Amino acid sequence: MIQVTGLAKRFGKVEAVRDVSFTAPDGRITGLLGPNGAGKSTTLRLLYGALTPDRGEARVDGLLAGPEQTEARRQLGVLPHGAGLYPHLTARENIRYFGELHGMSGPTLEKRITELVAMLELGEAAERKTQGFSQGQKVKVGIARALVHSPRNLILDEPTNGLDVMAIRSLREVLRGLRAAGHCILFSSHVMQEVAALCDDVVIIAGGCVVASGTPEQLREQAGTATLEDAFVLLLGRATAEVQS
Amino acid sequence: MKPWWVVVRKEVLESLRDRRTLLSALVLAPLFGPLMFSFSMQTMLQRGLNDQDKPLQVAVMGKEHAPNLVHWLESQGLEEVSAPKDEASIPAAVRDAKPRLVLVIGPDYAQRFRAAKAAGVKVYVDSSDQDSRRDFDRLDRLLQSYSNQTSALRLAARGVDPGIAVPVVVDEIDVSTPAARAQSLLAILSYFLLFSMLIGGMYVAIDATAGERERGSLEPLVSLPVSRDALVAGKFIATMAFSCVSLILTLASFAISLRFVPLESIGMSANLGPKVLAGVFLTLLPFLPLAAALLTLVASFARSFREAQSWMTGALLVPTLPIMVAAMTGMKPTALMMAVPSLSQHFLIARLLRDEAVPLTDGLLSAGGSLLLAGVLLVLVVRLWRREKLLG
Repeated sequence: MIQVTGLAKRFGKVEAVRDVSFTAPDGRITGLLGPNGAGKSTTLRLLYGALTPDRGEARVDGLLAGPEQTEARRQLGVLPHGAGLYPHLTARENIRYFGELHGMSGPTLEKRITELVAMLELGEAAERKTQGFSQGQKVKVGIARALVHSPRNLILDEPTNGLDVMAIRSLREVLRGLRAAGHCILFSSHVMQEVAALCDDVVIIAGGCVVASGTPEQLREQAGTATLEDAFVLLLGRATAEVQS
Repeated sequence: MKPWWVVVRKEVLESLRDRRTLLSALVLAPLFGPLMFSFSMQTMLQRGLNDQDKPLQVAVMGKEHAPNLVHWLESQGLEEVSAPKDEASIPAAVRDAKPRLVLVIGPDYAQRFRAAKAAGVKVYVDSSDQDSRRDFDRLDRLLQSYSNQTSALRLAARGVDPGIAVPVVVDEIDVSTPAARAQSLLAILSYFLLFSMLIGGMYVAIDATAGERERGSLEPLVSLPVSRDALVAGKFIATMAFSCVSLILTLASFAISLRFVPLESIGMSANLGPKVLAGVFLTLLPFLPLAAALLTLVASFARSFREAQSWMTGALLVPTLPIMVAAMTGMKPTALMMAVPSLSQHFLIARLLRDEAVPLTDGLLSAGGSLLLAGVLLVLVVRLWRREKLLG
């Protein structure tokens, strides 16, 4: 479970995150939805300890998150923006590196990697250098790497960016499978359809604040619209007007 | 496995697969330095040798006006070659170095010489050409010495002590030992060795920091339950490993290539035996962490691979500055200088090559100075890595 309360972070004069609170429970997929520059990535980076919050706190399974908090990071698997693989290493070596940094080794680690390679259907690409992998393959390796230590919680920053339709479908399957296994999945996206297709809960962020949150149905009711897209546009418009006034 | 060790293994594996890293660490420094060094030394020595033995080729015009002078010059090693057909065509011929020198003796030479008046000769030379310049100096010395001899004879014939015309006599007494003379040539060797450490670790340091950030792999890395200090430690140690391998290879290739340089033939000795090699290696060992820390620090500052590369060019020059200043001002080592990294290694290596004993205190001072600075730089690197800005 991931809990965020009153989170705020500023970079110089820019207030990237002003006030963000939400809870992403286990066994559900929570989508962080918002336009570009809304503060989604910063919120996630505060969660996985790349940044220290100015105010508020983020907790992973009840453990405080931050650059010094390695315990909270142990419970997390992270796929940051752009998979960030090592091109000279094979997919398997990329995954193994992170497994070893998690303190795993030997047959346990190799068995786990083989499991993940099968689950993500990487096939024989697992033994190839990731240089020249398609974006879809890279994301898959990134997810395998994030899952190598079997964390309860998975954070994905814009995982569908640059993926084709088939790759997106197969990514959805993977995430649904993980939800069924009881994982807490938090992912960010600026694509409404993506969130609508996959999420149990939606947190809409704009201008560094949470504008609305709830299940897609709740959001539609709240806005009094027929589709989630209309609700998103309406709620976002209201929030922007509030900020300006 | 400790996290830092996991990082070291991964950085080494990755670097071994990168042609650019391999080339610079394991080929460029170990081969380029010694090859260039041996080659330039060989040509330098060969030249010095040739000068004494080779006849001095000069075309002489109007030799019938001064048969004695020409005869004397020939007895001193001058070899006459065919002259251009007239004086007008001399400049062009000399510029083509065919021949390099033309000695022109005018028709009034004999008359003036007999009358004990200053008799002039002309020498055509292209002074922009090094070899011509050197030949000219030789000919000039010969002519001077003929002139001196003649004036001494003339004075004696007139009952004057020739010494009266020589107020000051310079007697050069060279006290340098053969090994010390070689050392002036070998001074540059220490620079090549220091350089090999920096070149060897350069791309590993860039790849592990700026490169990692540029590829976006730094972000997932810091999301792991591993302290950033451990990550820095791994990257630093991997850089040091490559610097060390590069140093060892460079030392080995120096030891081999210097055997083919005829140092002994001009009475010099460069003793790069196993004992001296071991001493040189020990002297340079404390510079390894310093080189790696410097490389890691500089690379950590840069945003991208390219930026890091251009910063590195500057970093590669830093260790050469103290050596250059010392070489230009002809400094003699003092205790203070023995604590200056790169300069102290330079002095110690020079002593080892000269076959002189190195006092333990100097060795410790040199090691201490380098390790201290390495420590300071490492603290800076660790601080830098703890900052949020690291991720960009």
